[in-house]
Amino acid sequence: MLDWKLDFTWEILPRLLAAAGNTMLAAGGGYVVAVVLGLVFALAQRTPSRLLTFVVRELVEFIRSTPLLLQIFFIYYVGPQFGLRLSPWSAGLIAIGLHYAAYLSEVYRGGIESVPKGQWEAARAINLSTAKTYRRIIIPQALPPALAGMGNYLVGIFKDTPMLSVIGVAELMHAANSIGAENFRYLEPYTIVGLIFLAISLPTAWLLRRFETALRRNMGLTR
Amino acid sequence: MTHDMSQYPLKLEGDNVPMVRFQNVTKKYGNLTVLDGLNLDVTEGEMVTIIGPSGSGKTTVLRMLMTLETIDSGVIYVDGEPLTHMEKNGRLVRANAAHLRKIRSKIGMCFQHFNLFPHMTALGNCIEGPMQVLGLSRKEAEERALELLDLVGMADKRDQHPSRLSGGQQQRVAIARALAMRPKVMLFDEVTSALDPEVISEVTSVIRGLVDQHNLTMLMVTHQIGFAREISDRICFFYSGQIEEQGSPEMLLDNPQKERTQQFLSAVLEAN
Repeated sequence: MLDWKLDFTWEILPRLLAAAGNTMLAAGGGYVVAVVLGLVFALAQRTPSRLLTFVVRELVEFIRSTPLLLQIFFIYYVGPQFGLRLSPWSAGLIAIGLHYAAYLSEVYRGGIESVPKGQWEAARAINLSTAKTYRRIIIPQALPPALAGMGNYLVGIFKDTPMLSVIGVAELMHAANSIGAENFRYLEPYTIVGLIFLAISLPTAWLLRRFETALRRNMGLTR
Repeated sequence: MTHDMSQYPLKLEGDNVPMVRFQNVTKKYGNLTVLDGLNLDVTEGEMVTIIGPSGSGKTTVLRMLMTLETIDSGVIYVDGEPLTHMEKNGRLVRANAAHLRKIRSKIGMCFQHFNLFPHMTALGNCIEGPMQVLGLSRKEAEERALELLDLVGMADKRDQHPSRLSGGQQQRVAIARALAMRPKVMLFDEVTSALDPEVISEVTSVIRGLVDQHNLTMLMVTHQIGFAREISDRICFFYSGQIEEQGSPEMLLDNPQKERTQQFLSAVLEAN
């Protein structure tokens, strides 16, 4: 019943590995967008402006409550009606970056809130400005507790990149679909895609845990 | 704020300007009045200790002076200038952030739980303010910090992070960190309350040294009556948001006039 063709495997492997590069690029690019934008979302909710806090809070809720796939379609297909004409890659990175920024902002928020109130007070007692209090005191301490969540979403964003195939980003899933359609064989390409995903996410998760421990020790937060 | 501000001078002038003045200061949390029309002057170089039952508002006095809490009415002056307010068109208005930062630079504070920055070494804690706020070079800041770490007996631990220091050691570093900003007024908020009994003396001896060495104005909240007696110029007994009684340590501790003071002191003595 299991009819695995080795020569076919060797034939399609280079193409899939090349597409895996695109997948990593999409995940990495989307993650950079998410990491930066997520911090903006998190800090915007901590400004004294109630209006800004409200608007960003609702935006984050909205993004988190609607499917990523819809957001991808919306930005790519509806965007042009608002003069937003984007390539599949740009639209994909923005959609996935925006989506994960909403989740990461919650992770940051948790991290920032985990910093004891006494740290803010000590910073004020030595007269640090608010910006420097964040940069020098709060964010460095908020980072280690946020790191686990940030790592989870890095793996999450990686696993969600196949959704970008729907707007024609040539990542792994897209390549596997094409190979399947061209050769009427789906077993090998899909299996290999699954294995490639595993081969990347498992070590990444492991490295992230190591990194978190090392960072805590380096910062003197653990003995 | 519909409060009549004309009773408050724009500046304190003349001889004998106090280093700190609380004028008619009220602080409320919801319906609870924590401080009720507090008037308190502290002279330059004076060591004033605040004692009283918990909830009497004594810590709030220090926190308002450090601008960790806002006040509801009244004015606080530091070194002759209003802290909580500033002059605008000949009137006092609420201080903006820039004014607060300017006046706050004269005040330093040590906390019950030390609040050292855990991701920085002892030295890092002490150079942070001088470099980031006062604009000192790293070399200048380190020189100043090492001198102060030496003063508090922590120079050999300068490269240790707080997680590797005992409570008493952390508190001594915290005192050095505050002094590195060269404040005119130092606030000590129950700085020995979180310490194990055997290390309390290493912190109190540092504070005792400051009384001798610096012309610092100090306000201290403590439960250690013996220590207060030994180093204070004046002790204020707080009761429900007001100064119930104040005087020299001998006067207040040995011959208290008010019944509440007597009750508090006998309760504290019994507990000890």
